[in-house]
Amino acid sequence: MKSFTYERPGTPAEAAAAVARTPDAKFIAGGTNLLDLMKLQIETPTHLVDVNGLGLDRIEATAEGGLRIGALVRNTDLAADPRVRKDYGVLSRALLAGASGQLRNKATTAGNLLQRTRCPYFYDTAQACNKRQPGSGCAALDGVSRQLAVIGGSEACIATHPGDMAVAMRVLDATVETVDAKGTERKIAIADFHRLPGDKPEVDTTLRPGELITAVTLPKPLGGKQVYRKVRDRASYAFALVSVAAVVQPDGSGRVAFGGVAHKPWRSEEAEAALARGAKPVTDRAFSGAKPTHENAFKLKLAERTLNAALTQARA
Amino acid sequence: MVGVSAAAALAVAPSVAGAKPAGTDTPVTAKVSLTVNGQRRELELDLRTSLLDAAREHLHLTGSKKGCDHGQCGACTMIVDGRRINACLTLAVMHQGSEITTIEGLGQPENLHPMQAAFIKHDGYQCGYCTPGQICSGVAVLDEIKAGIPSHVTADLNAPMQVTEAEIRERMSGNICRCGAYSNIVEAMTEVAGRKA
Repeated sequence: MKSFTYERPGTPAEAAAAVARTPDAKFIAGGTNLLDLMKLQIETPTHLVDVNGLGLDRIEATAEGGLRIGALVRNTDLAADPRVRKDYGVLSRALLAGASGQLRNKATTAGNLLQRTRCPYFYDTAQACNKRQPGSGCAALDGVSRQLAVIGGSEACIATHPGDMAVAMRVLDATVETVDAKGTERKIAIADFHRLPGDKPEVDTTLRPGELITAVTLPKPLGGKQVYRKVRDRASYAFALVSVAAVVQPDGSGRVAFGGVAHKPWRSEEAEAALARGAKPVTDRAFSGAKPTHENAFKLKLAERTLNAALTQARA
Repeated sequence: MVGVSAAAALAVAPSVAGAKPAGTDTPVTAKVSLTVNGQRRELELDLRTSLLDAAREHLHLTGSKKGCDHGQCGACTMIVDGRRINACLTLAVMHQGSEITTIEGLGQPENLHPMQAAFIKHDGYQCGYCTPGQICSGVAVLDEIKAGIPSHVTADLNAPMQVTEAEIRERMSGNICRCGAYSNIVEAMTEVAGRKA
């Protein structure tokens, strides 16, 4: 690991200012992804700004009838919160489907959104990876791509967003709240938060340099049956091949987002309008324009079947 | 560990921007104060020191093991401020004032924790390398169920939690045992849960 300096600021704006004024500085919260990447020298920050003391660890009701989740609320605490369990079951389920108990105890809401891809070529510093080293190429395109994106990728990158939580937040239309070095606050719809790789795969999100996530807000509860269904290579503690977050209303309408298939949680409002007619009409439209590799084309059929299983579960 | 004062920040990083040229490997050190197994310990550590390395290399508490050093195996599991975590994936300096329990603090040969005794009784290990992490995790898992924290296999998120084999297996998935002592670990944990109930 490369050496770094370290500080613990007292307020979110001070934290944002500390990162903004220091070249190659990073925020650290749970640290479960960042420290892993620092050990491998994939991330080499020269300065760490520890945000754990900023008091952003509460879940509060909003005036609109939703919830405001502090950036530092741990994944365990968010999944176990009685209001989340009762009204946002898809979010509890997505969190509990991710990582291990130890990691969920450390990992934070903001950190989960910001976790980097688990593409094997991003992790292997001997291989070309435009996300790790812009301009070096993408070894995944002709490589082992079973886990990688089937839609929304580019000639530069076919990595996926690896998380589960963000897929549920996408289906719930969450909003990410931030503050910058000047103290200016901003709200970013979750749909606009993660970006597609395009020709800048090194940029995962639309956050600006030094901008700090302070909270994620959820609109008022949607009701309906809420399901998170994750298909992976083992029963626990593995990343998704495909996952489905679904909120299904009694009349069969609803919302659906897919994980494990793209550089961001994949949701098509146009496609989900067909939800009452079953899984295939939804996935046909949501994945039109998909460009799978020869190794991961199975994900398209798997997405349809996983959605079908989720709908069956929701209607049970 | 929340609510660290500005003074503590100053003690850790006397000057902030440009404290050292970027890209060098000159170690930067800080004073770290931890409460480990009930004892307050003061250390001067390279900032890069993980909580695991602080315990093993500096406090000579070698019960916690380094398996993968990337949070995948669980051999380093410690109970920090009441929660089990991967001690390899956190910096010691981020735990100023934390209360840390390692396997040495759970029990000693002459005074075993019930979970340690149950692992011995049920042969919950073979080579023993993952065992300290398994036991720390096992103790914390039963507390998590008691606290009503749900898991991936919990059928009803809003009903009281139960200690079942499926719950134990799911909740212990962050602790890998390459000898394959899993079924005996489940038996040991089930017995301890029964005693507590």
